[in-house]
Amino acid sequence: MFSFNPDRSQYPDVGPDGKLEVDLETGKYLKLWHGPNHPGITGNMSVEITVDGDEVVEGKTHVGYLHRGFEKLMERRTFIQVFPIVCRVCVPEPDFNEYCYAAAVEELAGIEVPEQAQWIRTLILEMGRFNSYMMAMGGIAGALGSGVIGQWMTYVRDLMLDRFEEMTGARIYHMFILPGGVRAGLPEGFAGRMEEVLRTAEKYLADVDKVLFTNAVFKKRTKGVGYIDPALFEPYGVTGPNARAGGVAKDLRKDAPYLVYDQLDFEVVTETASDIWARAMVRRRDIDVSISLIRQILAKMPTEGPVMTALPNVLHWKIPRGETYIKGESSRGEYGYYLVTDGSGYPRRVNVRGPSYTHAMALLEHLIPGTNISDIAALMVSLHTYPPEIER
Amino acid sequence: MDMRELIERLTSRHKLGAPIFQRPDLTFVDLTDNDRLRALLVELRDIEGFTHLVLLTAVDWIEEGKFQLTYMLNNRAANQTLGLRVYLERKDPVEFTSIHDIWPTAETYQRELREMFGINFPGSPRVMDEFILEGWTDMPPYRRDFDTLAYSQQTYRDRPGRATNDPRDHMKSKMYPEG
Amino acid sequence: MKDMDKSFRKDTETEFPLREEMRPRTVTAPDGQVIEIDPLRDYFCEEAPKVHRKSYSAIVEGFYNWARANSLWILGFGTGCGAIEMRPLMTPRFDAYRYGIQWRPTPRQANLLIISGYLSVKTLKRAIRAYEQMQQPKFVVGLGSCTINGGMYWDSYNTIKRLDDYLPVDLYIAGCMPRPEALLAGLMELKKIIRRGEAEGANKYAENFDWYKANQKSVIKDWDMPDYSW
Repeated sequence: MFSFNPDRSQYPDVGPDGKLEVDLETGKYLKLWHGPNHPGITGNMSVEITVDGDEVVEGKTHVGYLHRGFEKLMERRTFIQVFPIVCRVCVPEPDFNEYCYAAAVEELAGIEVPEQAQWIRTLILEMGRFNSYMMAMGGIAGALGSGVIGQWMTYVRDLMLDRFEEMTGARIYHMFILPGGVRAGLPEGFAGRMEEVLRTAEKYLADVDKVLFTNAVFKKRTKGVGYIDPALFEPYGVTGPNARAGGVAKDLRKDAPYLVYDQLDFEVVTETASDIWARAMVRRRDIDVSISLIRQILAKMPTEGPVMTALPNVLHWKIPRGETYIKGESSRGEYGYYLVTDGSGYPRRVNVRGPSYTHAMALLEHLIPGTNISDIAALMVSLHTYPPEIER
Repeated sequence: MDMRELIERLTSRHKLGAPIFQRPDLTFVDLTDNDRLRALLVELRDIEGFTHLVLLTAVDWIEEGKFQLTYMLNNRAANQTLGLRVYLERKDPVEFTSIHDIWPTAETYQRELREMFGINFPGSPRVMDEFILEGWTDMPPYRRDFDTLAYSQQTYRDRPGRATNDPRDHMKSKMYPEG
Repeated sequence: MKDMDKSFRKDTETEFPLREEMRPRTVTAPDGQVIEIDPLRDYFCEEAPKVHRKSYSAIVEGFYNWARANSLWILGFGTGCGAIEMRPLMTPRFDAYRYGIQWRPTPRQANLLIISGYLSVKTLKRAIRAYEQMQQPKFVVGLGSCTINGGMYWDSYNTIKRLDDYLPVDLYIAGCMPRPEALLAGLMELKKIIRRGEAEGANKYAENFDWYKANQKSVIKDWDMPDYSW
């Protein structure tokens, strides 16, 4: 076994800003750009690494390749016009944006949501989480060379996208959760078709257990690599599966139940090793939790009832001055919307708190020194970073 | 944890404004003495258990000539979130105390604020580096006096033939005929 | 939608200073040799692109076009949200590989650049370099409404509105975002265009090189690369 903590006595000195003072002109070090066009990462993001041989001594993340200025665009739109663009903040799991924004608007405007809509919202969020984990599993396997698992996971994700399409009419951007409820109820026979998808998924996941988690190459390249000390979780704002892989049962679905999560029965999955393997394993086991939650929701949910409350005239909809913060447990950690209103028909300020914001910047820069070049892609994917939510 | 008790306890030592109890688990409070920010944050983190910095962001109140900084802290065990608000004078150069040594993750937030709002945090690592924008020479884009539509029209060419229909008229006739 | 602030004027005066690593400097190598470096001139070639002429006979050109149409190798550079719908194309369900389409990791091995969605100015700079590094014959496909006229981001300060101002686009696929079926249909359409010998984007780029460069430089304020980077 090799150690993840190399001898750092040979490294250059630390400068006054806390970063290494690398003198490139000695010829000992070399600067490399990992990305933005790199097949091993999801989304566009680059890491500027300084290497000594194959060992990385310093890494700086560069983001901003996907910046569209959402928070500025939202300030120009009325509360209802924000809807088409909010889901586009995060591509693989767009529903969380819709839910957080809708809940924030509802809280400030004092709108009650019907119970049926709460259940459908929970169902959508769990389906989105399932999809997002599928991409993450495929990504982790792909970054370490098992491309076939990426193929399986994409296929299963596609089946779930079909269910999304049946329910909402769109594959990726659903625009289904509006303030006041959801756009429609479930279609006829939805539960049965969903059950088929879940069975197929379980079949493929059983294969993943055999092919990936017992694979010697996968174990050797992930066990003990990318270790995050649990003491760093609070200073670096680590949440979600990355924290659960280190034995801290942080899960907002249990800690601060929202929607109908308090009526559902599930366990918070934790691992203890806090390395890439543990983070992959937590995600793998969380998919099982998601599958069980989807089944429970479809079984327990009321079949009748309104899904939308009447909104005031949205053309003249003004929300009194106030501010709120809505959070939820997305597949990557704590996802939140901070909404400030000033009594006009437009949001004063919307701030999106994406979990990747803390994971991919300060934490990744802290973890990179000491790894090998080939491990960086796996490290980034295991933190499950989606650049669009860093820069918005 | 009772937030009212906590705020009372803190008010005895720090200058706090009137708290807003938004939800049972969410409270906002103003800090009127900006110099006490670090002392208050360290106390909240080490004694009161608000160990998780959820976010740090700014709101531009251009009419009042102020920037509002919001430090959102979370106490997981008690399931309480506290939004601490600080107001800065909105005149260049805007500078404020860096808290990167209390929470290392604040470094990223401060870089974004420097770039997007022009609020500088001297001493924060890499705070003057480019973060999201590249080659940006205009005013910080999240300030209220920056108009994104005007900027976009002065920079990028429109494709001819794009018809812009204000949905307002359509909705007015379809959904609210009485106005 | 809020009204535009008509009095707002963009800052056109301020020049962006040249980055430190791009400035000329003197370096002493480990063996004591002293080298003068001007990064903007030394590391790149400044040869302008040339028009790729057609073959002498129509039959040979037809054969070339047939071959080009049947090996579309896409550069795996997802520039926006559209990239997420490219992934299903690689899997057996939609299976683009059966049409001779595959994804390659480097620009040198690819001949089709798919701009998958909105392009922020920062990515535009990289996309131009990726495009210029590709070998001729090469094609560009704009995917999604945001490459056509800005789409959802028509009022954003950081995304371009018309892709064909900056890169020569052979085909657009509309939608926000286009489904995998639409992508397949679009790629089939591109094949037909190539077979007809009408996919002349790269030649258009070479002929109107100055116009494209002027457009690119009007948007990218920190132009710290040579005009043509091989």
